[in-house]
Amino acid sequence: MATAKKSKKNKKRSQWSEVWRRLKKNKMAMVGLTILTIIVLLAVFADFIADYDEVVIKQNLKERLQGPSAKHWLGTDEFGRDIFARLIHGARVSLKVGIISVGISIIIGGILGSIAGYYGGLIDNIIMRTMDIFLAIPSILLAIAIVSALGPSLMNLMIAVGISSVPSYARIVRASVLSIRDQEFIEAAKAIGASDLRIVLKHIIPNTLAPVIVQGTLGVAGAILSTAGLSFIGLGIRPPAPEWGAMLAGGRAYLRYAWHVTTFPGLAIMTIILALNFLGDGLRDALDPRLKQ
Amino acid sequence: MRENKELLNIENLAIHYITDDGTVKAVNGINIKLNKGETLGLVGETGAGKTTTALGIMRLVPNPPGEIMSGVIEFEGRDLLKISEEEMRKIRGNKISMIFQDPMTSLNPVMTVGEQIAEVIEIHQNVSKQEAMEKAGEMLELVGIPKARLNDYPHQFSGGMKQRVIIAIALACNPQLLIADEPTTALDVTIQAQVLDLMNNLKNEFNTAMILITHDLGVVAEVCDKVAIMYAGEIVETASLEQLFENPKHPYTVGLFGSIPKLDEEVDRLKPIKGLMPDPTNLPSGCKFHPRCPYAKDICTKKEPKVTELENGHKVKCLIYEGLVDVKEVK
Repeated sequence: MATAKKSKKNKKRSQWSEVWRRLKKNKMAMVGLTILTIIVLLAVFADFIADYDEVVIKQNLKERLQGPSAKHWLGTDEFGRDIFARLIHGARVSLKVGIISVGISIIIGGILGSIAGYYGGLIDNIIMRTMDIFLAIPSILLAIAIVSALGPSLMNLMIAVGISSVPSYARIVRASVLSIRDQEFIEAAKAIGASDLRIVLKHIIPNTLAPVIVQGTLGVAGAILSTAGLSFIGLGIRPPAPEWGAMLAGGRAYLRYAWHVTTFPGLAIMTIILALNFLGDGLRDALDPRLKQ
Repeated sequence: MRENKELLNIENLAIHYITDDGTVKAVNGINIKLNKGETLGLVGETGAGKTTTALGIMRLVPNPPGEIMSGVIEFEGRDLLKISEEEMRKIRGNKISMIFQDPMTSLNPVMTVGEQIAEVIEIHQNVSKQEAMEKAGEMLELVGIPKARLNDYPHQFSGGMKQRVIIAIALACNPQLLIADEPTTALDVTIQAQVLDLMNNLKNEFNTAMILITHDLGVVAEVCDKVAIMYAGEIVETASLEQLFENPKHPYTVGLFGSIPKLDEEVDRLKPIKGLMPDPTNLPSGCKFHPRCPYAKDICTKKEPKVTELENGHKVKCLIYEGLVDVKEVK
C-alpha cells in the first residue's frame, strides 16, 4: 500500500517533471531562470542587505552623486542614497507589480476569454468587440488614463497595468478554448453528464494553460516595463520609495556627469526583462508536447 | 431467455441540420424498438444518419445547426425529448452512455485515466473522491488494464487500451443502454476482435442493452441480436440477425451483402452498389434508394414505400413487398 501511494505521487507529477526535464535542456531558459532566482532572492532578503529607513530613504547630501566605490558599489544618487540598496528594494516593487498585475489580467482575461470561446455567438461578439476597443487604445495610454482617474498608488498602478493587458489574454484564452471546444473529448464529457461549468473548469481550462503560462512570463516583463514607464512620467510609485523607472527618471538630469545614476537602474530593468523573455521562450518550447522527443 | 421488457422505443424521429446552404435531412422518421439486454446493430454507409441518431438519443445533436424536428424517444417509459436538460444530464453517462468512434481524441490529454473514469462516478453517484477512484480502479481491472496504471495519462496508452478505458468510463455507472458509435473503426483488426469480445462479455455480465453503430456486417454478425439497415436517414430493413443474414429482403441490403467477398464461392468481381449516397440536402422523391436500385420502376420515383412486415419482426420498406413492383426475386 505504501509503495502504491508513493508511485501514485511520482506519476501525478510526471507531466510537470517532463516539462521540467525539457526546460533544463534549454540553456537560455536556465540562464533566465538563474538570473530571476538571484533577483527574487535579493528582493526577499533586501532588508538584511540594506536597511530601508537608514540607507534607502535617508538623504545624505554630503555623498551625493558619487561614482561606484567600495562603500557604494553602484554609487549614489542625487540625494546621496546608495543605488545598489535602492535597486534591490526597488526589485520588490517591480516584481510585485509584475506578478500581481499579470495575475489580474490572467484572471479577468481568462474568464472573459473562456466565456466568449465556449458560448460563442452573440456573447462572444459582445465580449470580443469590447476587447477590440480596448486593444485600439495603446496599452500605456490606457494605463495612464486609469491611473490618472484612480490616483497614483501602488494598488492603482497594478490595476491599471493589469487591465491594460486584459485583451491580449482574453484573445489567447478564447482562441485555445475555440480549438478545444470542438474536440471529441468535450463531447465525451457531455455524454457522461458533465455540466457546462464542470466541462469548462476541468476539461477546457487545464488544456489552455500552456499558452497562458508562456504569455504570462513574457507579460511580467511587459508589466515591469509599463510600471517603469509610468513611474518615469511620475504616475507610478511616489518618491522617496525606490522604483526602477522612477530612479531612471530622477537621474536623467545628471546624465552627463553622473552616468551611473541612470545606467544601473536601466541595466536592472533590461536584465530582468531579458531573463523573463528567455524563460518564457524556454517554457513555450517545453510545454509544447509536439516537440517531445 | 432474457426478460422481454421494452427499454427504448423511438418513433418517427426526424433530425435535420438547418444551414445556410439548405436543410440537411439527416434522419427522417425512423422507428427503433429495443428490449432490455438486447443488442441492435445499426448499419449503413457513411452519411446515412447513424451517428446523428445516436446523438439524438443522447440529446447531444449540436444545436445550432441541428434540430430534432419531431418524434418520440421513450426510454424506460419517459420521453427523453420532453424532460429538462437537468434531468437529461442525470441520464447521460448513468443510464445511457456512449462510446465514441475515435479513442485517440475521446480522452482528455491532461487528466489521468483514473480521474476520467472517476469523474463519471462522482457525477452520478454520491461517493467521495477516494471511493470513486477505487471504483475506477476496479473498472480498469475489469477491462483488462492493471490498476497500477490508474495515474497514467492517455498519451501513455495504445489505441486499443484507450478504447478499453473509454469502455470502462461508459460502463462505470452500470448503464441500461450503451450506444457504441463505430467503436472499433479506428483500431487494428486484431485489437478490434479483442475490444468486441470485451464489450460483448461486459454487456452480458451487466445485462446492458446496446446499439452498435457500424458499417461492418462482420461486426454485426459477431455481436448483434437484431439489425437495422439505414439508408439516407431512413431504416429500410429491420430483422433479427438470422433473418437478415439468411434472407435479406431490401435491394439495398442485398446489395450490401453482394459487395462482401464470400469464402465459399469463387467470384471474379464483387458486385458493389452502383452510384453514391444521395445528397442529404436534396433527397430523391419517392423511395430514396430508387436512383441506385436495379429493380426500380417508374412508381419508385413517385411513391414513398411503407413499412411492410413480412414475418415475425422482419420489416422492410420497399414497394416490391407492397406488391406494387413486379420482381420475382431480389438477388
